[in-house]
Amino acid sequence: MIRLPYLLFFSAVLFSAGVYGVLARRNAVLVLMSIELMLNAVNVNLVAFNAYLRDAALTGQVFALFVITVAAAEVGIGLAIVILIYRNRETINVDEVNLLKW
Amino acid sequence: MLSVLGQVSGGPAVAHGKLLFRPIGPELILVGVALAVMLLDAGYPERHHATLALLSLAGLAAAAAYSLSLWSWTGPTTVLGGMVAADRFTVFFRLVILGVAALAVLLSYQYLERADEVRGEYYPLLLFATAGMTLITAAADLIVVFLALEVLSLSLYLLTGFSFRRLASAEASMKYFLLGAFSSAFFLYGIALAYGATGTTNLAGIAHGLTGQVGPLSLALAASGLLAVGFGFKVAAVPFHMWAPDAYQGAPTCVTAFMSAGTKVAAFAAFLRVFDVAFSPLIWDWKPFVWILAALTMVVGSVLAIAQSDVKRMLAYSSVAHAGFILVGVTAASHAGIQAAMFYLAVYPAMILGAFGVVMVVSGRGERGLTLSSYAGLARRSPLVAAVLALLLLSLAGIPPTAGFIAKVAVFTAAIQSGHWPLALVGVLASVVAAFFYLRVIVLMYMQEPVIAGGQREAETGFDAEPGAVGSLGFVAIAVPALLTLIFGVFPGILFGVLKSASIIRF
Amino acid sequence: MTTGYVPILILAAMAGAFAVLSLAASALLRPKHPLPAKSAPYECGIEPIRLPQSERFPVKFYVVAMLFIIFDIETIFLFPWAVAFRSLGLFGLVEMIVFIGLVFVAYVYVWQKGGLEWEKPEQARRELSARFVPLPPSVERSPGDRITREPAAVESGAG
Repeated sequence: MIRLPYLLFFSAVLFSAGVYGVLARRNAVLVLMSIELMLNAVNVNLVAFNAYLRDAALTGQVFALFVITVAAAEVGIGLAIVILIYRNRETINVDEVNLLKW
Repeated sequence: MLSVLGQVSGGPAVAHGKLLFRPIGPELILVGVALAVMLLDAGYPERHHATLALLSLAGLAAAAAYSLSLWSWTGPTTVLGGMVAADRFTVFFRLVILGVAALAVLLSYQYLERADEVRGEYYPLLLFATAGMTLITAAADLIVVFLALEVLSLSLYLLTGFSFRRLASAEASMKYFLLGAFSSAFFLYGIALAYGATGTTNLAGIAHGLTGQVGPLSLALAASGLLAVGFGFKVAAVPFHMWAPDAYQGAPTCVTAFMSAGTKVAAFAAFLRVFDVAFSPLIWDWKPFVWILAALTMVVGSVLAIAQSDVKRMLAYSSVAHAGFILVGVTAASHAGIQAAMFYLAVYPAMILGAFGVVMVVSGRGERGLTLSSYAGLARRSPLVAAVLALLLLSLAGIPPTAGFIAKVAVFTAAIQSGHWPLALVGVLASVVAAFFYLRVIVLMYMQEPVIAGGQREAETGFDAEPGAVGSLGFVAIAVPALLTLIFGVFPGILFGVLKSASIIRF
Repeated sequence: MTTGYVPILILAAMAGAFAVLSLAASALLRPKHPLPAKSAPYECGIEPIRLPQSERFPVKFYVVAMLFIIFDIETIFLFPWAVAFRSLGLFGLVEMIVFIGLVFVAYVYVWQKGGLEWEKPEQARRELSARFVPLPPSVERSPGDRITREPAAVESGAG
């Protein structure tokens, strides 16, 4: 069995890559994909903890299933919004979407 | 679905004995009505707007009546395998949220009619968001917190972009979505770490797991930090508030009214439960963090609101500042603190919903007349609307005899009792700063002449002097909150009497 | 030990038989009127010239992909239910029927709203164009591209 720290480290790296993607990417679809990466890092964490704790209730695994479905719903809505912006503005560069500013 | 979840994560069905569905009755009603409205709209596209709105209102009323019957619930405190709490805390917040939703339906009916944007998806989305909000107040397990949070967020992302032909609305939707999803990921990471630290996602279980623990608590500390960040995003606390002004400004005003009131109540209810129950053993670790969050939020929200020239944006920053005041009550983390925060959370939605309602009524068809200058001389054109707005703004500023004053006093008293007098001081100073921009609007309304730019006045705002133009529905939706702020301001005892038993989070 | 795999083999055989049967049935039953255009290799209605490398593709694909993903992922809840089927018993079955019913409601909604139609019927299209501002011709582009446009086309900031 892979030891827990490796898995946690892997998950943290994955999550950080996602955070970096959200902050650095300008294309809305890529930002969306980075968010998915973060959610999947969480899934790795949940399943790893589940295995490590030998949780008979399988909370971690069940939670991961819920995260997967919610992530799918999020992608669906995210893509819909991105398409909407594209139809209106002909760009999905998050820097060019700047009508609202203080 | 929830019961399946309860069983799978808690072992075989037999272990739980009887599954009690009554405590999630309000949510089941809301979702059922939402599905009915959705199918009605899909099946009969020659839509009857009034039918859909009335059906939604009926659903909300039924859910409210059902919640009320749960006040005298004597069964177990958590049901469905420890997933859902059945206490008066939940009933209280459910009623507040359902009231907000009902007023939002009234506002929305008028808004959609006037903007000619009647589409049947609106009401189901509103009801789904409401169901998410009420469910999160009942969540006794981080799984339910997360699911309810997503149900309400996903519906609100779509509602924000509902007027998608207006560029600002689509843009607000995208910003809200990207930042909201980003914060959800942080929130989830926190949940995963909490699970790793304690081996359970049950709030009471987490508290139990953390109590006896000695040695390094790094996982649990990281978890509480990440969860605080996630909640900070949802309640729009500084420095996680960036989405709020954009989303509030771009969204259709009726949606802004709904989400500025509803989301904050729902997120704070979960915040209170998660931090005052699950992480109560770590109270000395998360308190300083929330302390700083509260101070920053009050100051930054109040100061930035001064610089705004757009009314919706100004109210958005004001709502950010109010999140800070509520956080003061959360920081106190005593019974008095919870009670004060709950009082604030009952009064604040009335104030902000009413204020955005007035903004909706005053701005004409299609979001015009949103600059502060279009409020000049409003008292002359429409004395009643101006009076309502003045009352609501006084309450937001925290000036007696309004409910906003009592709420602020309660929160600051609780903070001082818990020894956080510097925080109370910061709060009072922030209130003084905030009073400036609220009073500025009142001065504009009462003491200045309407600006007439080449006879464009009417066309620009689409609002004329007759009270009939306000619309009776819209007027009800702004008059009820104004009355409530006055009643709770003069007789706060009514609400505090209810809170005495509602502010006990039972486990 | 090998007996555990017998159900899988049976399932595989059934899946194969289903595929063969449906192909055979359609080959026997369908009308046959070959035309040159019909015999050409099919590539989503586009004349196949080269491999799609940096090809832009219609935004409609996104809609279909979106609907597919959502309905596809919902089936994930069937797995834990199937694993715990015996201990959940009748109650689990009822729960799952309710769940499938809810997904079905969503499906009916998508269907009724025309989400499954590739091209809107002409009547609906006319009605739409009467109600909505016509979309720019560039709608068919993919969202991955950057487009330069006159800065004057953008409204200035609202505050």
